[in-house]
Amino acid sequence: MFKVLRRVLLLALVLPALAQAETFVFTAIPDADESRLQQRFGKVADYLSTELGVDVQYIPVKSYAAAITAFRNDQVQLAWFGGLSGVQARRLVDGSEALAQGYEDQFFKTYFIAHESAGLDAGETLSEALKGKTFTFGSKGSTSGRLMPEFFLREQLGEAPEAIFSRVGFSGDHSRTIAQVESGAYQVGAVNYAVWEKELANGEIDTDKVSVIWTTPTYPDYQWTIRGDVDQRFGEGFKARVREALLGMDDPALLESFPRKSFVPASNSDYAPIEDTAKAIGLLD
Amino acid sequence: MIRGRGTTFFCGSSARVLNGVCLLLTLVALLCLPIADIQIYQVDPWAELGRMGTGLIWPHWSDAWELSRAVGQTVAFALLAVAIAAPVGLLLAMLFHWRSVRILCASVRSVHELFWGLIFMQIYGLSATTGLLAILVPFSGVFAKVFAEIFEQQSLEPGRTLSPKVMGLRRYAYTLIPQSWPALVSYTRYRFECALRSSTILGFIGLPTLGFHLETAFKQGQYAEAGALLWAFILLIATLRFWLRPRLLPFYLIIAVVLLPETVGFSNGGYLWQFISRDIWPAPLLAGEWAQATQWYIELFQSQVWPALVQTLALTQIALVLSALVILALYPWATRSMAGPMMRWPGRFLLLFLRSTPEMVLAFVLLLLFGPSGLPAVIALALHNGALIAFLVANASDAEWGGRLSRPDDPSGLKRYAYLETPRRFPAMLAFLFYRWEVILRESAIMGILGIATLGFYIDSAFEEIRYDRALVLILFTAGLNILVDTVSRRLRRLAHPEAHLEASGIDEKVDRDNG
Repeated sequence: MFKVLRRVLLLALVLPALAQAETFVFTAIPDADESRLQQRFGKVADYLSTELGVDVQYIPVKSYAAAITAFRNDQVQLAWFGGLSGVQARRLVDGSEALAQGYEDQFFKTYFIAHESAGLDAGETLSEALKGKTFTFGSKGSTSGRLMPEFFLREQLGEAPEAIFSRVGFSGDHSRTIAQVESGAYQVGAVNYAVWEKELANGEIDTDKVSVIWTTPTYPDYQWTIRGDVDQRFGEGFKARVREALLGMDDPALLESFPRKSFVPASNSDYAPIEDTAKAIGLLD
Repeated sequence: MIRGRGTTFFCGSSARVLNGVCLLLTLVALLCLPIADIQIYQVDPWAELGRMGTGLIWPHWSDAWELSRAVGQTVAFALLAVAIAAPVGLLLAMLFHWRSVRILCASVRSVHELFWGLIFMQIYGLSATTGLLAILVPFSGVFAKVFAEIFEQQSLEPGRTLSPKVMGLRRYAYTLIPQSWPALVSYTRYRFECALRSSTILGFIGLPTLGFHLETAFKQGQYAEAGALLWAFILLIATLRFWLRPRLLPFYLIIAVVLLPETVGFSNGGYLWQFISRDIWPAPLLAGEWAQATQWYIELFQSQVWPALVQTLALTQIALVLSALVILALYPWATRSMAGPMMRWPGRFLLLFLRSTPEMVLAFVLLLLFGPSGLPAVIALALHNGALIAFLVANASDAEWGGRLSRPDDPSGLKRYAYLETPRRFPAMLAFLFYRWEVILRESAIMGILGIATLGFYIDSAFEEIRYDRALVLILFTAGLNILVDTVSRRLRRLAHPEAHLEASGIDEKVDRDNG
C-alpha cells in the first residue's frame, strides 16, 4: 500500500526532475542589501565558475528557511549562511561542512539600538530600564538579529524577551529594524552591527533619533557551508577546490557583496557555541 | 441526481433578521476588543512616511527589462494557475454532492496561498511547479464551491426535458453548464484578478513575481522602487478588461508557459516522501512513544494553538465590522448617483488603489503610524476588503442608475444615500462581506509580521525554525477554523440574500454591465 503510494508520488516528481543538469548552484541568505542580488551574486558565480571549471549558478531566496530548504533538498550545494542557519542546515544534511567564514565573522556582534524617546543611555550592560519597552528582533532565523540578542537578554536580565518587554516583534530584516526604531514604531531593537555601520556611513540613519545603547560580546557568525556529497558529483577534491576558491577571493568588487574584507577558513566546530545557544533558548531541539 | 437545492432553504430576508445579524456581529466585535491585542503607541513616523510618499509620487525603476519580466511572470503564474484550476474546479463542482469532495475542497481552500507555497517549496524547491501549485490547489477548491453554487441557482426546467435515464455528467453537459455559462465565465474572470494578487504575494517567499521585488524594496526602504512596482501592479489590474480578451487567451497561455521561470538546480524529488513520512511528525510519535507524543501535542495546543486561535478570531471579527464601516463610508464616492459621473473617478481610483495594494504593505505603513499591535492589521484588513466590496457595491449602484427603478423624484445627496442607495445595496453588501469573512480570517493569520501572535505568526515561526511537525498542527487548526467560519458565513449569506449567492453570480454581471 505504502509502496504503491510512494511510487505514485515519486512519479509526480518526474516533471521537475527533468530539469536536471550538473550545475553547481549556490545561494545566500537574504540579509543585508537585497537589491540587485542577481547582479551582485552573478559576479560571484562567474568567479567560481572560472576557478572551478564547472557551470555555477546563483539563485536568490527570500528567507533563511528557504535557503536551508534549498540546501537540504540539494537544489543548492553551497550556501552563504548565518551562524544559526548554518547550524540548522548542517544538522539536516549529513556530511555537510562549514568551509570558510568572513574575516569579520570570527568576532561578530549585535548592537542594541533605542529611540531617543525611550530615554535609555548607552552602558556596559543591558539595564533594567529596558523592562516594559517595546522591542523588535530582526528575522526570526537570524543569528545577529534574533539568536544572540535573545541569549544575552536572558543571560543579563534573567527572563525571556516576552517577559522583559511589553511587546516583541520581528521586523524581518536588519534595515527594517533600524527604520522601525528610528520611527519610534518600536522603542528598542537588536541589529547586525555590520548593517548598522554601513547605513551609518551612507548617512541613512538619523542619530538624533536612534542610537546604539549596548554592544554584545563577540560570537562567530556567517559562513560558507557545502554539502558532503559534492566530491561524488563534481569529482574528487571538488570540495577542497571550492574552499580554495573562496579563500582566494580577493577582488573588492566581489567581497563587497557580502560585505567582507576577506574569507578565512572555518570548521563545523567553530559554530558549537551557536548550536549550544540555540538549544539553550529552545530554537533547536 | 444533484443534491438538495438552495431553493428548499427558505428564509425571508426581512429587515429585522438582517438587523439582528448585524447587531450581533457588532456586539461580538465589541466583545473582542479587550481580547484582541490592540494598542496605540507614541510614534514619530513622519520622516519615514515622507520618504514613502515621495517614492509613490516619483516612482523610479532603473531596469525596465527586469520590471517587465516580473510583470510577465506575475501574469504567467496567475493565468496558468487559473487555466488549470477552473476546469478542475468545474469537475469537482459536478461531484459536489459527494461529501468527501466538499470536505476536500473546503480543506484545500482553507489554507492560504502563502502557506501552500511554503509547503510545496519543501517538496519542489524554488520552482515554477511550486508557484503554480500554490495558486491552483486552493483556487480549485474555490472554483468548485462557487461553480456548485452557480449550478444550484439554475432553473430545473431544462433538466426536466431530458430523459430521466440521462444521469450525471451528461446532465451537466446538456443543461446546467450551458445554462450557467455566462456566470461561470464571469466568475473565472473575477478570480483571475485574485490570482494576480496571489501570484504577486508569492513573490514574498521567493518566486520571481512583482512581490519579490516589492518586498525587497520595502525592506530596504527603497520607496521609489516600491512605488514603481505598486503602480505597475495597479496598472495591471486597472487595465485588465482591455487586455484580457477570450480570443487572445490561447496566445497568452503559450507566452505564459515560455515566461515561467526555469528551475535552477532542482534535481531530486525524493523529498516528498521524507516530508510526509518524517518531517511533519514529532519525534516521539515517530519513535512510537504515544504518551510523550500526546504530551507534545497538548503542550503545543496550550502554548500556541489556543491563544493564537483566540487572537486570530478576535482580530477577524473586529476587521469584519470595520470593513463594513469602510464600505459604507467609501462606496458613495465611487458612484454615478452620489458622486457624479465625473467626480466618481477619484473615488473609484481610491478603491482601486486600496484593493490592489497587498495587505502586508498596508499593514507595514500603518505599523509606522500606530506602532506594533493588532491595530495596523485590523485596519489594513478592513481597508483592503472594505475597498474591494465598496467597489462592487458602487458598481451595483451604477448599473441601476437610470434604469427602470429610477424615478424623476428620487432624492439626491445624503438623503439618497441614507434612504435609497444604502437600503437597496445592504443585503448584497452583507452577502459580499460574509463571503470575504473567510478571506479576512485567512489573511489575519498571515499578519504575524506585526508581532501579534496570530496563527500565521506561529506557522511562520515553525517554518523558520524548520519545525514542520508544529507547522502541520497549526495549519490544520487554521484550516479547521476557516471551515467553521465558512459554514457560518454560508448560512448568513443565504439569510442576507436568499435568491442569489452573490460572489458567484452577482459580482461580475454587475461589473460587466458597468463596463459594457
